[in-house]
Amino acid sequence: MSASTWAWLVLLLPLLGSITVALSFRAVPARVAGAVGTASVGIAFLCAVAALLSLLGDDADSRHHASSLWTYAQAGGLEIDLGIYVDQLSVFMMLVVTGVSTLIHLYSFGYMKSDEGYHRFFSYLNFFVFSMLLLVLAGNFVLLIVGWAFVGFASYALISFWYRRTTATRAGMKAFVINVVGDIGLVLAAFLIFQQLGSFDYETVFAQAPEVFSRGEWTITAICLLLLVGAFAKSAQIPFHTWLPDAMEGPTPVSSLIHAATMVTAGVYLIARTNVLFYLAPTAADIAAFVGLATLLIAGTIAIAQTDLKRAIAYSTMSQIGYMIMGVSIGAYSAGLFHLMTHATFKALLFMTAGSIISAMANRQDIDRMSGFWKAMRFTSIMFVIGGLALAAFPLTSGFFSKDSILSFAEARGGIYTWMAIGGYVGAFLTAIYTFRLIFRVLPGRPCEEAQHLIDSGELYHGPPINPATEEEEDAEVGFPGAHHHIAEQSWPMAVAMAVLACGALFAGLIQVPGVDNVLFGFLDPAFHDSPLAEIHPSVGAEWRGLAIGAVISVLGIALAWFLWVARPELPGLFRARFRAVYLLCLNKWYFDEAIELLIVRPALALGRFANDVFERRVVDGLVSGTRDAVGGAGGLVRIVQSGFVRSYALLLIAGFAGLALYFLVVSS
Amino acid sequence: MSIEWYIVLSSLLFATGAIGILLRRSPIVILLCLELMLNAGNLALVAFSRMVGNEQGQVFALVVMVVAACEVVVGMGLIVAIFRRKLPLDVDELTELRG
Repeated sequence: MSASTWAWLVLLLPLLGSITVALSFRAVPARVAGAVGTASVGIAFLCAVAALLSLLGDDADSRHHASSLWTYAQAGGLEIDLGIYVDQLSVFMMLVVTGVSTLIHLYSFGYMKSDEGYHRFFSYLNFFVFSMLLLVLAGNFVLLIVGWAFVGFASYALISFWYRRTTATRAGMKAFVINVVGDIGLVLAAFLIFQQLGSFDYETVFAQAPEVFSRGEWTITAICLLLLVGAFAKSAQIPFHTWLPDAMEGPTPVSSLIHAATMVTAGVYLIARTNVLFYLAPTAADIAAFVGLATLLIAGTIAIAQTDLKRAIAYSTMSQIGYMIMGVSIGAYSAGLFHLMTHATFKALLFMTAGSIISAMANRQDIDRMSGFWKAMRFTSIMFVIGGLALAAFPLTSGFFSKDSILSFAEARGGIYTWMAIGGYVGAFLTAIYTFRLIFRVLPGRPCEEAQHLIDSGELYHGPPINPATEEEEDAEVGFPGAHHHIAEQSWPMAVAMAVLACGALFAGLIQVPGVDNVLFGFLDPAFHDSPLAEIHPSVGAEWRGLAIGAVISVLGIALAWFLWVARPELPGLFRARFRAVYLLCLNKWYFDEAIELLIVRPALALGRFANDVFERRVVDGLVSGTRDAVGGAGGLVRIVQSGFVRSYALLLIAGFAGLALYFLVVSS
Repeated sequence: MSIEWYIVLSSLLFATGAIGILLRRSPIVILLCLELMLNAGNLALVAFSRMVGNEQGQVFALVVMVVAACEVVVGMGLIVAIFRRKLPLDVDELTELRG
């Protein structure tokens, strides 16, 4: 079978899984639904591997196939196929998405065991995987938008999964609204592309763009800026990032799959996919790179001050996606995607371990309450450390190679991009500090009450279910997290998922070691041969120099974290007191929520209130009631005639006819 | 006999019917007066038909008769219905449709 046939199968399986699980929720027990959901994604992963093998069987220059099932819409010169485009990039994304999703389904199989909404969860999760695959496989901008919007909906449904939690439903709405802003950007970009090039089809658009547009022309810049609005909103880049930390209200597997490993990387995929357009719009590409740099630095500083375990990891996600956005914007396409892949493994792993710890804490997420989990949950702790090492780019882990391949490309490109590389190294330092801050505060030390309970009784601490955001108690019926969680170590699906990801986090980087092997870049690079930027390759020596710098920075950051939170734990408190303004800035997330509230939400509300009080009440209501009064007044006049006396009607009739007759007599004579 | 006499008779009949409708209050009499007006029209039609020399006017008069018969059926039905409901048989008191 050809690669595109396999790709259609990959697309079909999660959709079937989602529908089957949703329709059978009364008929089959929860475990079966979970197994069906997991299996459908697992088989999809196998199909993706088959697609990869089929693609590798092709000639290196012809590894791209467009396939169309039928014409989706046809009207006046516009023809949209229900078509997919299979090339190295989409096969790569397909593998990452289905691979990580399979493991996270497996983890959810154990993690959501006590939740009443088990079927619903798996149905949503499968639907998400389908949408994400549609996004990465789409062969034209219209299908891309469809997948883009589906993914936004799936994210909304899963953030608000515990729908009785007000904070969760609010977070879902926030995510949805911000994502819709991004959708608008994407739709407008697609409109401009169609207006200028007369097609939505990737192949046509990318082939014609260099002929129609000159480099730096304002139209193509506008298109790319609009694409960036979509990419930033989906990938939680400044200033569209505020939804991502709030999205942590969803169940932990959701944070792991959607809000760390796959969905938030859609923006990276979009920029890599439209690299031809971004090459033609250098201004837009530079803006994207700067926003990525700003995001990775700002999110890094915020993550250091957060005390909510999942939110801190969410900020690190933002920061890592900042690297990817920066990478694909400056031309390091393969490197950005490499980081996307390694990040998917270690960040999914980190969220899984966080979920395991949060279960043990009876749903509390505050790291101030956590300590001593090294003694209580050895397996989870080891996994946490592995994920943390990869995130902190510790030498020879996967994050080490992928992060530095972006930064050494930036350095090789020279000019302002050298400064970006330096900014990236500063960000890497921050990453090492905040990652190991979490580890040093949660794992060592005297076990906290919950951890001690786990050591003593071998069972998880079951406190009253509370909302971690508000500390309010909630009843554990449907629409809330289940009352009983399971110990990750003792639930084999969770343990297997974590162990596989840990292997990925440790060793995935070895497929692309500068000067040693070139598996990933050798495969991906031909997909970007249209962009001259892909010709830039840092020398092996420069790459190893970058790796050495990265290693030193990572170790220094970890050492500093150890010094601050283990050796001299009183120091952070002193810092907080001494540099109160800086601390408050980081703790309050640089006041982005407040700024958006002040600059956008309040004016919008004020405008709405003005529209309601003045425009609606005075103008619209005035027009309506004016019309009503006019009609009513005219009706009143007519009513006088309608007396109900038949004889008066007869008189009017006869008088009228007589009048007419007289008139004609007079006229004719 | 010239056409004028027919027209004069027709007009007189028509005026009698019209005045009857305006002055009387009993529904039955009003129906009778309506018939009178219709037949005044018929008379004029037949007279004109003779004058012109073809049968179109006479055919038309036949149609009017059919319509008149239907109208009587409906009208009498209404009157019976009014009577059955013990409503006054007086058009001035049946003013339900006042606007």
